[in-house]
Amino acid sequence: MATDSALPSVPRVVPRTGGVAVWRRLRRNRGALLGMMVLAVFALSGLFASWLAPYDPYRSDLEGSLAPPSGMHWLGTDELGRDILSRIIYGARLSMVIGSISVSIGVVLGVPIGLFAGYFGGRVDLYSQRVIDVLLGFPSIILAIVLVTVLGVGLVNVMIAVGIVSVPTYARLIRGQVLSLKIQEFVEAARALGAGSGRIVFRHIFPNTLAVLIVQTTLQVASAILSAAALGFLGLGVQQPTAEWGAMLSTARQFIQLAPHTLIFPGLAIMLTVMGFNLLGDGLRDALDPRMKL
Amino acid sequence: MLPYLAKRIMLAFPVLLGVSVVVFVMIRLIPGDPAELMAGQAATEEVVRGIRESLGLDRPVIVQYAVFLRNTLRADLGKSLFNGAPVTEELAQRLPRTARLALASIVVAILIGVPAGILSATRHLSWVDSAVMVLALAGVSMPIFWLGLNLILVFAVRLHWLPAIGHETWKHLILPSFTLGAASAAIIARMTRSAMLEVLRQDYVRTARAKGVAEQTVIGRHALRNALIPVVTVVGLQLGTLLSGAVLTESVFAWPGVGRLLVDAVLARDYPIIQGTVLLIATTFVLLNVVVDMAYAVLDPRIRYE
Repeated sequence: MATDSALPSVPRVVPRTGGVAVWRRLRRNRGALLGMMVLAVFALSGLFASWLAPYDPYRSDLEGSLAPPSGMHWLGTDELGRDILSRIIYGARLSMVIGSISVSIGVVLGVPIGLFAGYFGGRVDLYSQRVIDVLLGFPSIILAIVLVTVLGVGLVNVMIAVGIVSVPTYARLIRGQVLSLKIQEFVEAARALGAGSGRIVFRHIFPNTLAVLIVQTTLQVASAILSAAALGFLGLGVQQPTAEWGAMLSTARQFIQLAPHTLIFPGLAIMLTVMGFNLLGDGLRDALDPRMKL
Repeated sequence: MLPYLAKRIMLAFPVLLGVSVVVFVMIRLIPGDPAELMAGQAATEEVVRGIRESLGLDRPVIVQYAVFLRNTLRADLGKSLFNGAPVTEELAQRLPRTARLALASIVVAILIGVPAGILSATRHLSWVDSAVMVLALAGVSMPIFWLGLNLILVFAVRLHWLPAIGHETWKHLILPSFTLGAASAAIIARMTRSAMLEVLRQDYVRTARAKGVAEQTVIGRHALRNALIPVVTVVGLQLGTLLSGAVLTESVFAWPGVGRLLVDAVLARDYPIIQGTVLLIATTFVLLNVVVDMAYAVLDPRIRYE
């Protein structure tokens, strides 16, 4: 055919949604904007915890224990007289770290599985899908508890457990995307031009899954923070005296009658952070692709 | 229809087998001798040896797995390290309590979620709509155990209206089922709202209104019935999520169900109990998903797997 000679000059498809356009749409979404503001507050307080926290989060003062909110301690003190505001600020740092590291584990393990299973199909797909079926056979918190039973409690193991729990979600999501992308014309074109599998998967298919991946990851951080807090609350996560929100609530429940303020504020911090990620995730979904179904 | 149902049930078997492998491997991945772990710290050498033999730990792993599977199918999951009670007995006693909690929670979730979603959709973009959506967002963002503690604080500690712990009467069920059902109510409300909005835009709704059908009939008969299929899907999915939430809710309210048993067992390193509970919860979860899938197929004849 005559057009064959023109093929090599066809510009490489760079299928990305313009960042500026996305930002513009995101900015118009009030929910997303609110979410970003809340997250900025928590991220900054986590980042500058040592400057912002009025007290050392670990310094106890038994005489001033369980004090209600006052001018000296804005959010009161806990059972050991530690300043709750300072502990929440340091807890923000911890939650952001837990959220980002555990989600990274999920992405790093789950995305390649999804990419390869979806692209190559056949046995790779069959076996990985059966393993994922089994992992999805456990309710998420149960799987996290199983992993913590094996690995032991503590910060690092919680991040690993929560991260592994999200692997099947990513693998499934990306696989689905790849299945519909690999039959599209631009992949066909790339193959016709002699691109190898690696190049097709990473340069052509993967960039097209980014929109879905970004949205899923934002929402996943929210559930990672919730799961880690739940493990902390059950005594299976980050241990005392570390200033972790879930662990703080675990102790606070013993003082529910004496000092309800120890209960209110750490929970509020978890809720606001999770809400921030949920709002941002919903906003990103609308901004990146209004028809996206997640 | 029947081939689909049969296929769906068949597909659950490999998953259940996989679940049993995970549970089997779990105990063996923990550093230390599985027999000593299963026997507990206070056990004598003889007891440990007995367990080692009964687990077949001196034999090849594949044989050990076969023994484990055989015992499991015979409902022999070992004995608790603490009170020596058979694990299956303990589970049989607690499963109905967890089921009661989960059932009450899904009822709460539907009773709140569906009307809230309808209200939100029929008053689209009004303050009612915004309020419902804000509440729904709070519902999915709130740590479930924190909601439970707050409800205890208000209704048990302050107002003395309801008991905080215990499981004997229906009054004991109110706070836990509300706690466990809240997040699902939020998700059901969102789904009902978007399904209703979709349906209310359809031509047949416009036709019904044009011929002068009362608004109530339009909403109830024409719109709601068609909006319910995706809602049923979500309700089904929530049943599984409730199993996760039950672990936390039961811990907050000292509800003596399977979830609390698991947490206590992990804290006390009661490995036979951990193994049995995880197996039971995962099996229930897998079977629930099968039932939910089958329910869709019955409800919506368009759904078929290739």
